[in-house]
Amino acid sequence: MGLKSSSASDSNTPVGVIGTGSFGQVVAKLLAEKSPVWLYARSEESAQRVRDNGLPANVQVTTDPAVVAKACEVIFPMVPSANFRDMIRQFAPYLHPYHTLIHGTKGLELASGQDLQSDAPLTRAQICTMSEVIQQETVVVRIGCLAGPNLASELADDKPAATVIASRFDEVIASGQKLLRSDRFQVYGNSDLIGVEICGVLKNIIAIAAGMVHELGLGENARALLISRGLVEMIYLGQAFGGNLKAFIGLAGVGDLVATSNSITSRNFTVGRLLVQKKSLEEVKAQMEETAEGINTVLLAKKFAETAKIRVPITEVLHRVLYQELSAEEATTQLMKFPSIADVDFL
Amino acid sequence: MVETADTVEIPNIPPYKAREYDQVLESPRVWPIVKLNANREEFMKTVAEETLKVVKEQARSRKGLMEELESVVYMERSRVKNNRWKADPDDEEEYWGKMKGKLLEVSKQEGQAKQDAAEALLKDIIERYVGEIMGSFNYRAYRFIRRSATFFFARLLNSARIKKFGALFRGVLTLQDKINLVGETEHIRQLAKKGTVVLVPTHFSNLDSVLVGWAIMAVGLPPFIYGAGLNLFTINLLSYFMKNLGAYKVDRRKKNLVYLETLKMYSNQAIQSGCHSLFFPGGTRSRSGQIENRLKLGLLSTAITAQRQAFNEAKPGEEPKKIFVVPVVINYHFTLEAPSLIKEHLRRSGQERYYIENDEYSSSYKLGTFMLRFIRKGSDISVSFGKGMDLLGNFVDEEGNSFDRTGREIDLRDYFTSGGSLTIDRQREGEYTRMLSERIVEEYYKINRVFASHVVAFVAFRMLWRQHRDLDLFEVLRTSNDEVVFPYSDFRTEVDRIRNEIFLRHEAQELDLAPHMTWELDQLIDHGLDNVGMYHTARPLLKNKQGNITTKDLNTLYYYHNRLMGYGFEKLFGF
Repeated sequence: MGLKSSSASDSNTPVGVIGTGSFGQVVAKLLAEKSPVWLYARSEESAQRVRDNGLPANVQVTTDPAVVAKACEVIFPMVPSANFRDMIRQFAPYLHPYHTLIHGTKGLELASGQDLQSDAPLTRAQICTMSEVIQQETVVVRIGCLAGPNLASELADDKPAATVIASRFDEVIASGQKLLRSDRFQVYGNSDLIGVEICGVLKNIIAIAAGMVHELGLGENARALLISRGLVEMIYLGQAFGGNLKAFIGLAGVGDLVATSNSITSRNFTVGRLLVQKKSLEEVKAQMEETAEGINTVLLAKKFAETAKIRVPITEVLHRVLYQELSAEEATTQLMKFPSIADVDFL
Repeated sequence: MVETADTVEIPNIPPYKAREYDQVLESPRVWPIVKLNANREEFMKTVAEETLKVVKEQARSRKGLMEELESVVYMERSRVKNNRWKADPDDEEEYWGKMKGKLLEVSKQEGQAKQDAAEALLKDIIERYVGEIMGSFNYRAYRFIRRSATFFFARLLNSARIKKFGALFRGVLTLQDKINLVGETEHIRQLAKKGTVVLVPTHFSNLDSVLVGWAIMAVGLPPFIYGAGLNLFTINLLSYFMKNLGAYKVDRRKKNLVYLETLKMYSNQAIQSGCHSLFFPGGTRSRSGQIENRLKLGLLSTAITAQRQAFNEAKPGEEPKKIFVVPVVINYHFTLEAPSLIKEHLRRSGQERYYIENDEYSSSYKLGTFMLRFIRKGSDISVSFGKGMDLLGNFVDEEGNSFDRTGREIDLRDYFTSGGSLTIDRQREGEYTRMLSERIVEEYYKINRVFASHVVAFVAFRMLWRQHRDLDLFEVLRTSNDEVVFPYSDFRTEVDRIRNEIFLRHEAQELDLAPHMTWELDQLIDHGLDNVGMYHTARPLLKNKQGNITTKDLNTLYYYHNRLMGYGFEKLFGF
């Protein structure tokens, strides 16, 4: 029929990245190995800051969403969940159905008007993943997400790693793979978008707990216990969210969980350590340079689990620590007292 | 769910006013369906050729052409042996027997000769299938049906009144007084001039296709083509109506790849040639009585493919033909087949590996008497037309342009391009089909007109279940009818409560209401009780001698109750 079969654009087409946080910058650099990149910064100051950090020659920084949307068919939004909707609204007028958006935000958004402090139940419909925010705010349909053990600092040092691109559209996975894959960076595909998004989100809860275990000096047995029970908890929650079990035992699930639970420098891990040092929630937040999505996720997941009637002991205990109802030491005792059930009952 | 406030304003819903629509396209010569029938030989040839291409391509990526053919012949032979219908051609056994022999000969050949011979067999089978599917629209017959239907129904409806001589001349009832046509009729008439309209109605009863066929005629649209189950063609009367209202034949027993691809191509080519089409995207009648919440994607996908091809084939500077999807919800108080449908649903034997024909309409006589009773006794029906959407579920304006939720215009072509040019991506189009089906379901729930009969059935069944909240559905359904008695005042309170919630949802535009929903409460309840399943021998819901609410058939009560499922009203009963 004289038509091309669909796949990503060729290597001279620029690719967009939204967000100048550490992950945004790293993704821009990875992409720049193969394609020219437009990096969107939300203000002149942050634009200047990344320019000063030093960028590859083919990365251009702009504060104009129209420029990015016009030049790039594939765009990678990498901004914290709290700013995600505002950002996407700024882009919406310039986006078209041919655009592909692959986000790397590992957080959730609470529907407006919902209050985590209130006693009202929290259902799935009141929580949005970032792909759902994109769906609600734009005409874009080719949506994907990037998840997996991708510690920004290690990627920046050119260490080998792999990632998962999840999308319902094969063409989104294919263009992500084409743009990102290199000798040091492997890219896997998964069609369970929600499952993979939720993996990346929920593992942050366990990462906070891992930071606590580390700071308390509880040892490797305890860490392994936490990771494996944490995975079970993630799976229960994830399935209630509409994800598929398979995503959780893959790279975006167990892979990412192991990486963040062992990484002393990762944000959520740091949160856990600070909590052991008896810092209040406000102090912790103030001390973090970049958003630790895990804090918000704990609040949200706890409420959601209550509504969905799922037992999530790790999340429940963490929630109490965050609100200083419980010290880190007490939390450990609580967890160890939780009646043990079957090791694996989700398969 | 919040508790309903005590005072909810009763919405103002104007009573239905019948109106007459003129023909959108006056001259039948320009009706797409007439044009298609004039070129039927050529059309059939194109369908067969295109199907051949698709099947060859698919066979390559599957198990290979020979094996595909073997499985077709095997499946067809076993169907002929085990499950024959009156509507089947007489030479079935002979044809498939001969095919078996030919296939054996081909398998002995080698190389290119074998390939060519296999393709020739495939072509033969496809052509046979196209012949079986192809409808035969006849304008004269259509005109005859239209005229006589109008006359016949007018006589029927007014027979009671005609006794008084003067009534002959004033306020004569028409069929539209029984079957209300509501919603975006004018909008759809405009769209039918701009492009190809695909109507996708809900499906509860075998009467639906005739009903929608009439509705299309009554709003002045040229006839639509639609697939009707082959089993319905065994009834002469129904068969005559359907054929001449534009039906083509769908044989649900045939599940083989070649047949399914032929059927899809038939629909695809008809849409491409501009024929307005009608699909029941639920596939079969809703067994449970609930509005479809999962649609069959096969036929819907043909509309998406046709749209992409329209973009591909538009010459530079030429406006490509657009396809519009219009959801339709049919509402009535009464489904003739309800008892057997719900039984089947409960038995969970919904998988139609071998479609068992049920016999509610087994003869023209039965169907005729039902229709007579139906028309005379006056159980209201409404056909609600939704707003037109493009194939991605975006609403379109009267010009057929697509808009997003914020009102920004969308270029539909952009959905089919990448890197600046049109691309073919079947996986993508598969996803689009799924997205479209979700949008259609969403619209169904919004344009659904709630009837009093649905409400009384819903409330009664939920009250019963609340009494036995520890029981599962099947245990509830085994409750003895004598045990089901609700004091009228309790029932009335609950109906009031649910109706208030329904009003709130109506205000939020999450559903639509029949005008009688605003009646005074006791009157509303009586209307509901009088009408819910009114022709079943065992009434699903009625008042006993003491004026309290009881049932004679819990299964059908459950069926009519299901009509309001999907809105979350059950939560108002606390579990």
